[in-house]
Amino acid sequence: MIEAKGVIKRFGPRTILRGIDMEIADGETLVIIGGSGCGKSTFLKAVIGLHAPTEGYIKVDGLDISKMTDEHDIADYRRRFGYLFQEGALFDSMTVADNITFGLRYLTDIPESKYRGIATECLGLVGLKDVEDFKPSELSGGMKKRVALARAIAAKPAYILYDEPTTGLDPIMSDVINDLILDLQKQLKITSIVVTHDMKSAYKVASRIAMFHEGIVQEIGTPEHFKTTKNPYVRQFVDGLSVGPIKMKLREFDADPAPAHAGKAQA
Amino acid sequence: MIEAIFGSFGRVLLGAAEETGHFAFLVRSTHSWLVRARIEWRQTLVQMGRIGVESMPVAVMTAFFTGMVLALQTGATSKHFFNTPLFLGTVVSFALVMELGPVMTGIVVAGRAGAAIAAELGTMKVTEQIDALYTLGTDPVRYLVIPRLLAFLMVLPLLTVASDFSGILGGYFVAKVKYGVPATVYWHDIVDQMEIRHFVHGFLKTFVFAWVVAMIACFKGVTTRGGAEGVGKSTTAAVVLSMTLILTLDYFATALLNALGIT
Repeated sequence: MIEAKGVIKRFGPRTILRGIDMEIADGETLVIIGGSGCGKSTFLKAVIGLHAPTEGYIKVDGLDISKMTDEHDIADYRRRFGYLFQEGALFDSMTVADNITFGLRYLTDIPESKYRGIATECLGLVGLKDVEDFKPSELSGGMKKRVALARAIAAKPAYILYDEPTTGLDPIMSDVINDLILDLQKQLKITSIVVTHDMKSAYKVASRIAMFHEGIVQEIGTPEHFKTTKNPYVRQFVDGLSVGPIKMKLREFDADPAPAHAGKAQA
Repeated sequence: MIEAIFGSFGRVLLGAAEETGHFAFLVRSTHSWLVRARIEWRQTLVQMGRIGVESMPVAVMTAFFTGMVLALQTGATSKHFFNTPLFLGTVVSFALVMELGPVMTGIVVAGRAGAAIAAELGTMKVTEQIDALYTLGTDPVRYLVIPRLLAFLMVLPLLTVASDFSGILGGYFVAKVKYGVPATVYWHDIVDQMEIRHFVHGFLKTFVFAWVVAMIACFKGVTTRGGAEGVGKSTTAAVVLSMTLILTLDYFATALLNALGIT
């Protein structure tokens, strides 16, 4: 279980997360939606320990990585996670197989002789074969995402964190990735957090959806709830409307430094 | 107006202090991993190959021509004063072994391998590959910085020795062809005057330069921000800062070695 309590994250003078309280139950897929800069990816990175919360805590199975100092404890914590980066973040200098098995050396005791078989097995789970010896530069965008997903599941994590898994893909490939997320959920019983802008993807894969706005959880509920809620922030985002409270807030923000520009935009 | 000037001056100072602080953290983290972590020898060997092989031709060629010009200038000057070219081997070898060999090789390697490392790590940073290393259970300092630092510390001294020999050969070429100095005279000028401590003086400095180039290149790489433009800026900054620090630290290293009697 992932538990976030009063999570505040500041980068210098900028406050990105302003007090996040959430619980993600085992086996659940929580989708986080929200506009750019609302703190979705920052929260995801705080969960795996790439950013430490300035205030509050995030506990995974009762463990708080920001309090850990022992390398073995940190490795044990990270072993629970797979992380799919927005652009894949595959290592350019390595083959697909080496990318997929990279984490096994540090996260597991699996002997190196078994790496090739594991790479092939993980590629099979994401619907790819015979690409083990390719370099990432030889793959299409969709294939890179699949390989990145294969890398995320190689060490058999209990949790997968997806950072915008369908961004930059065509609609068909996006749906294929959504199906893969659902497949992995069913086959491996993985708990997931998915950060996305893509509402079609959110409705398809989510057990629950949380909407972030300006560093707080604006609304949280099931996909059905999000389809019917009257919350104007949610409605505006979900329906993709240019007019609404989010737009107004953005205009106010833009208006301070450049009033002329804001006036032009309104016209 | 005055407020704006002081404001921007203050911001520059704050930025420099912040950057120095981050560099100090990287240095501490690197040396702490160095003593307690399993070294990635495979990565270190790969980096030694890259740094050494990529830099060798340009380092050796630069030193060869430096040796040639030293011999040319020394020959011309001594001919002007004494009507004969004197001590060409001595001047060329001392200048190269104690100063020009280490400094020029350091600068060449900073421009060649240091830039390549800053660009590589910078690209890894902006494409989240460095974050990916964390999520896959390893520390980027351990996996990326330490192999590069060790590779520099092992390769730069060897490259400098090769450059020293190349420069001395370049000097011999000019001494022989231009001034007709016999081989025995040129080599005796070297071995009669040069002692092990002179070689050690230059050789020890190469470790300082190797550390500086490696740490600056890695630091600029892993702190890159802002896409392709950021990678370009980091690479340029790494080269400029490394070259400046090599020349600055050369003075202090020389002063220290002189104080220790290694001169």
